[in-house]
Amino acid sequence: MTAPRSSREAYRDLLAALLPADDRLVCLDSDTGLFSGVDFGPAAARYVNLGIAEQNLMGVAAGLAACGRIPFVNTMATFATTRALETIKIDIAMNNLPVRIVATHGGLSAGHLGPTHHSLEDVAIMRLLPNATVLVPADAPAAESLIRQSLDLPGPVYVRLGRSATPELPAGAAAPRIGRAQVLRRGPDVTLAACGPYPVLLALAAADELAALGVGATVLNLHTIKPLDVTAVVAAATTTRAIVAVDEHWPAGGLGSALAEVVAELAPTRVLRVCVPDAFVAGTGGQRHLLDRTGVTGAAVVARAREALGRVSAT
Amino acid sequence: MTGTGVRDAGAPDAELRGTARLAGHAARIRERIVEMCAGDEGGHLGGSMSLVEILVALYFDVMRVDPAAPAAPGRDILLLSKGHGAIGLYATLAERGFLPAERLAGYGRAGDGAPPLSAHPAADVPGVEMPSGSLGHGLPLGVGFAVAARLDGSARRCFVVLGDGELQEGSVWEAAMAAGSLGLDRLVAVVDRNGLQITGRTEDVVALEPLADRWRAFGWTAQEVDGHDLAALRAALRAAPAAPGRPTVVIAHTVKGRGLPFVEGQPRSHYARLGDRQRLRALAALRRAGA
Repeated sequence: MTAPRSSREAYRDLLAALLPADDRLVCLDSDTGLFSGVDFGPAAARYVNLGIAEQNLMGVAAGLAACGRIPFVNTMATFATTRALETIKIDIAMNNLPVRIVATHGGLSAGHLGPTHHSLEDVAIMRLLPNATVLVPADAPAAESLIRQSLDLPGPVYVRLGRSATPELPAGAAAPRIGRAQVLRRGPDVTLAACGPYPVLLALAAADELAALGVGATVLNLHTIKPLDVTAVVAAATTTRAIVAVDEHWPAGGLGSALAEVVAELAPTRVLRVCVPDAFVAGTGGQRHLLDRTGVTGAAVVARAREALGRVSAT
Repeated sequence: MTGTGVRDAGAPDAELRGTARLAGHAARIRERIVEMCAGDEGGHLGGSMSLVEILVALYFDVMRVDPAAPAAPGRDILLLSKGHGAIGLYATLAERGFLPAERLAGYGRAGDGAPPLSAHPAADVPGVEMPSGSLGHGLPLGVGFAVAARLDGSARRCFVVLGDGELQEGSVWEAAMAAGSLGLDRLVAVVDRNGLQITGRTEDVVALEPLADRWRAFGWTAQEVDGHDLAALRAALRAAPAAPGRPTVVIAHTVKGRGLPFVEGQPRSHYARLGDRQRLRALAALRRAGA
């Protein structure tokens, strides 16, 4: 693993480079602080700080997009998707407008900021909405790459980013492409499907551990939750015996739900989940600590995989 | 263009701008609202009748729009934030030539292939800039249109028509604060101040007064007018921006159900399905008033 960098800083630097080069882009801020000190140069007029008002933020973005602009909307994941949801639904998604909602503090990355700032529901909410593309990059380079690829998509895009630096995925995988599962390992027994920084890393670590136990795991990085790569999911369901879904999200509506919806219809297969339990996560601690405490661990992935394959877990 | 004598928005003439002529448009629009409320589904009668002169002043006098080119770049924008005024908007769009008048008969009915006319405006109705219905969405959108116009170097104005009960939505004030702070003087809000919402007087539900002062405190220039006085409305709306660097609000004092003595000023006018007798009574009342 190379030196860690936060996906939101990578995104900030990308946007600082893109804004002067592309007249369509507008950066709408909501007092996030992410852009303090950024010099947008000749594009400075296209940075607008709308203050702490998320409904207005989304509505202004829709208005700009209706006039031919591509607004990048900046706020935290839970504020974007719960406080401003109706505005996203009606003004952005219903009109299929090219607004890019780049949401930081996804999952438990807000850590010690507490459950008001955790976002364990945003993926479920966003994938409900017609026309939306939902992206969960697993590291900073993937965030850059996926956001670049999303520029010319006609409709709304939701990008879930974190807060602090997270390790990069090991080198060697093909670059992520929107709508395509990124195959990180191939194995015949079980599929570990994950999205987001730690879940993908945990899936990779679990695959190593399973290999030592004689179990071959396929590891899929499902960075695009919507549209889900149905072909890859069905292939996983038919070439391995079970799927373990790993994500940093509450159980309802997250990655496990998305996978179960597909395989239940097209290729019935067991889908087991490693995710944050259906409870608010109180207490302090960083992202890793909270994931450990809520049971989103490599050991849990191994245990679920063995359970799915009918082998008793050593716990 | 239709046979209404409407000219290009860019070339207003004295005849078009005559208040008497505008009153004729208003009268026909009111009759069409009554006809739509006499359909199977009924309609938002009261808040559409209160809105008529506001829409007539905008569409027939103030706004630069062209029914032959409804998406023309640089056109002025109208966002009906009080989406329940849809039948008032449809009738106005028909009168102005955006929408064939025959289409109004399809209001509330299952689709026949043409864009549906539902109780709240959908995006694919000619002349509708953005769909609406849920309250509190229009002013944030308007801020977006106004910021876009500023970035484009366009003189386009964006008019957002709001209900007064709607002003209880917090998003309106988020947008008002942003517009004042950004100095968006191409943004004009028009409040249909009919004083009523479903459960009674706004002032008895959640009070709005002192309404003009509230807007002023958010950095807007506020003017109050009689919302059924076409000359006063035209003057106020044409003058926007009333002060450079400030958004403008025109608070139009209106009567819910205006033109129908049996429902005027009554909360029950909010939504109505008019039976045959009520329809005839309503049309007779409108004709008497116009005589």
